[in-house]
Amino acid sequence: MDELKDYKEYLKTHVPGVKRRDFFKWMGGGIYVFFSVGKALDLLAADGDQYGRGGVSDDFNAFVRIKEDGKITCFVGKIDMGQGAITSFPQMVADELDVAYEKVEMVLGDTDLCPWDMGTFGSMSVRILGPTLRAAAAEARAVLLELGSEKLGIPVDQLSVKDGVIFIKNNSKKKVTYQELAKGKKIERHMEQKPALKDYSELKVMGTPKFHQDALDKVTGKALYSGDIRMPGMVYARILRPPSHAASLVSVDTSEAEKVEGVQVVRDGDLVAALHEDSEMAGKARSLFKAKFSIEEEKDIRNDNMFNYLLKNAPDGNSNINEGDLSTGKGQSFVVFENEYHDGYVAHSPMEPHTALAYMEGDKMIVRAGTQTPFPAKSNIARALGMEEEKVRVQPPFLGGGFGGKSAHQQAIEAALLAKLTKKPVMVDWNRKEEFFFDEFRPAAIVKVNSGIDSNGKITFWDYHVYYAGDRGAETMYDVPHQKRTVYGRGWTAPGIHPFGTGAWRAPGNSTNVFAREVQVDIMAAKAGIDPVEFRLKNLTDKRAIDVLEAVAEMADWKPAKSPRGRGFGVAIGSDAGTYVAHIIQVEVNKQTGEVKVLKIWCAQEMGFCVNPQGSTIQMEGCINMGLGYALKEIVEFDGGKVKTSNFDTYEIPRFSWIPEIHTKILQRNEPPQGGGEPAIICMGAVISNAIYDATKARLFEMAMTPERVLKALKKD
Amino acid sequence: MKEKIEFELNGKKVNVELDKSQTLLWVLRTYFNLTGTKYGCGEGYCGACTVLINNEAVRSCATKMGEVAGKSVVTIEGLAKGDVLHPVQKAFVEHDALQCGYCTPGMIMNAVGLLNQNPNPSREDIIWGMEDNLCRCGAHNRIIDAIQTAAGEINGGK
Repeated sequence: MDELKDYKEYLKTHVPGVKRRDFFKWMGGGIYVFFSVGKALDLLAADGDQYGRGGVSDDFNAFVRIKEDGKITCFVGKIDMGQGAITSFPQMVADELDVAYEKVEMVLGDTDLCPWDMGTFGSMSVRILGPTLRAAAAEARAVLLELGSEKLGIPVDQLSVKDGVIFIKNNSKKKVTYQELAKGKKIERHMEQKPALKDYSELKVMGTPKFHQDALDKVTGKALYSGDIRMPGMVYARILRPPSHAASLVSVDTSEAEKVEGVQVVRDGDLVAALHEDSEMAGKARSLFKAKFSIEEEKDIRNDNMFNYLLKNAPDGNSNINEGDLSTGKGQSFVVFENEYHDGYVAHSPMEPHTALAYMEGDKMIVRAGTQTPFPAKSNIARALGMEEEKVRVQPPFLGGGFGGKSAHQQAIEAALLAKLTKKPVMVDWNRKEEFFFDEFRPAAIVKVNSGIDSNGKITFWDYHVYYAGDRGAETMYDVPHQKRTVYGRGWTAPGIHPFGTGAWRAPGNSTNVFAREVQVDIMAAKAGIDPVEFRLKNLTDKRAIDVLEAVAEMADWKPAKSPRGRGFGVAIGSDAGTYVAHIIQVEVNKQTGEVKVLKIWCAQEMGFCVNPQGSTIQMEGCINMGLGYALKEIVEFDGGKVKTSNFDTYEIPRFSWIPEIHTKILQRNEPPQGGGEPAIICMGAVISNAIYDATKARLFEMAMTPERVLKALKKD
Repeated sequence: MKEKIEFELNGKKVNVELDKSQTLLWVLRTYFNLTGTKYGCGEGYCGACTVLINNEAVRSCATKMGEVAGKSVVTIEGLAKGDVLHPVQKAFVEHDALQCGYCTPGMIMNAVGLLNQNPNPSREDIIWGMEDNLCRCGAHNRIIDAIQTAAGEINGGK
């Protein structure tokens, strides 16, 4: 839960007291219900932490407006990058407020209109903000019932609501609509107490499949992303870029660039940009910059030595799990296993590169940025520009994918700086090379596992060391009496070690950790001569894990047998963002070329109460497809701070021909909703590695499992 | 050197005064405000910028204006007839064949180009016809299903 730790740190310095903004001044009448972030944090307090709640008590984290025209608008600081929050949020509001789903509209991520939010990541929209939003809607319903009671002269307990109409239980003709009640009103309510949310049995909209609400705009080209917004007098900026992250600018001669008709060259310290109303002309001018960079010291890390380099420079380890006694466990072992797992750097590569349009509106800086973190972006822009935070407004339009990569918002700061300097609307739209260069990659990581089994196939001990990936997903999951977990480096960052930025990549750390754990478990199962599903069940008592594993085995019609059986079936399980997943996969390995083709995949997921089964299914499919990339092909080529990968010619992301037949199942459970945007990606490396073993007896210990690496592993066996 | 370039854009005759070496993608986005055609990679690898030129799917990021003169260009904005969606657009909605939506216009235009050439494609034909259009969100199987549905509708004359 690194995001939450970060959030706690953030709150220490940033009281999100965006204070009471004067909504009524220009938002008109209606009924407003505000709900405090502290309430949401109560729900987070699983580890007993307070998350700096004192600092946030004045503010609110969601609000719902019932407008005078009867429309319901919901304002939340999250954004939609395709994950479908724009569809699942209205489902929650509609149910709690007793209105039609279609009546609810969302305003997302606008820093002037929406309550402060740390950002959209960690599969937290439904899981963490959801209860808050539902509570705000439930309170709005209670307020409306009180008003309805006054209007009809009937006590609240004799009233009922359906589709935004309040009526007397025994006489549906005596009624008043939400719209009528909101008319001419300016009511503001703040939640003090946790209101009662509806019971699962009462939910009508939540739990039913809803298609993407924004599909029509997206198939007609009307949906606006940052780069699609137009302003009079707008110019495109092409910015001088260094050859390496270790390079610093010595000098630049822009005289040739300045000869391009209509160009404006701007320089502010190391920020040098060519601006032109025609983006190609701006690019042409940039290509004429003659710059000298110096590289004082390039880190000696490249693709061919990265794991050695990282181990040599590893930060101190921190043992955050230490149960039983490892040497006792070893003593009870029939066989011990010692393996090292490697995971390389991986790029986010959303189809839309980082883009932002910035312009001044009076004395206010407006930034239309594709970002997962509009509120932190606002703070950082204000700081970079030396402006008051109140003078900066970030309004994210649609995002063309994020996956964690758009938590970083350098492009928004660049656009705002240039807009301030030139007093013009400035579009900063990175090209693909810039997108790869500045991406904060999923960090390369190493996991060392020592473990053992007894003669009955029970795991005896588990000594786990993870370097650079963090501990998300590093839970042992299985029942092991003697275990120790040591984490080297915190989360996905390791200041001063990686030669470029690293960051949160969909289910950060978890794909690396599941790869190590589930391959290690598979190795133990094979050695024990026990079917890999049976071996897992034998060592599990966590009911949710057992449920998903049994469900997926049934879906795939799993025939127990000892691996390897030459059939190319693999299994893996994991847990992320409060959700459990289990995967079974079938692969075909070409032993001549080393090419791995995934034929079929089955995935069972248990995520508590699933708000939108359609959206969640699509997220599962998306996770599976995206996961094929890091598992099989994606490699960032680099030499120190020089990122050599610059486009999709060498960076291979999943294509149509790679995609297997996919079967998904969601186990619906009447428990609080858990995350859905990330879990189904975490097993992809492990399940493929295990299936390759089943097909060929070759064990793959490094991702991506490229044909070259598969061939090398085949030769070993 | 700037010169007048005439072509047909979404059914209307248009002209621009530009250097022939300028790129169709940016001309569409900058001079015609047709922003449904997306930049993804700028080198023809991803397909986000796909448009139809004389009914054929083409990467607009790799097309110079000189090649466009006298031809007919259709972008995602020109595909629907008024409020009536093209069968491929309709099928994308019905199959929920998108997530972030950024690759979607290029996917749809490429699919229309594919169906223009092969009105009755097999699943394999669709896969290989769409192979060079990239989607990071992973909507691939739904896109294939949507194209099959659209092909059925076009052929069935529904």
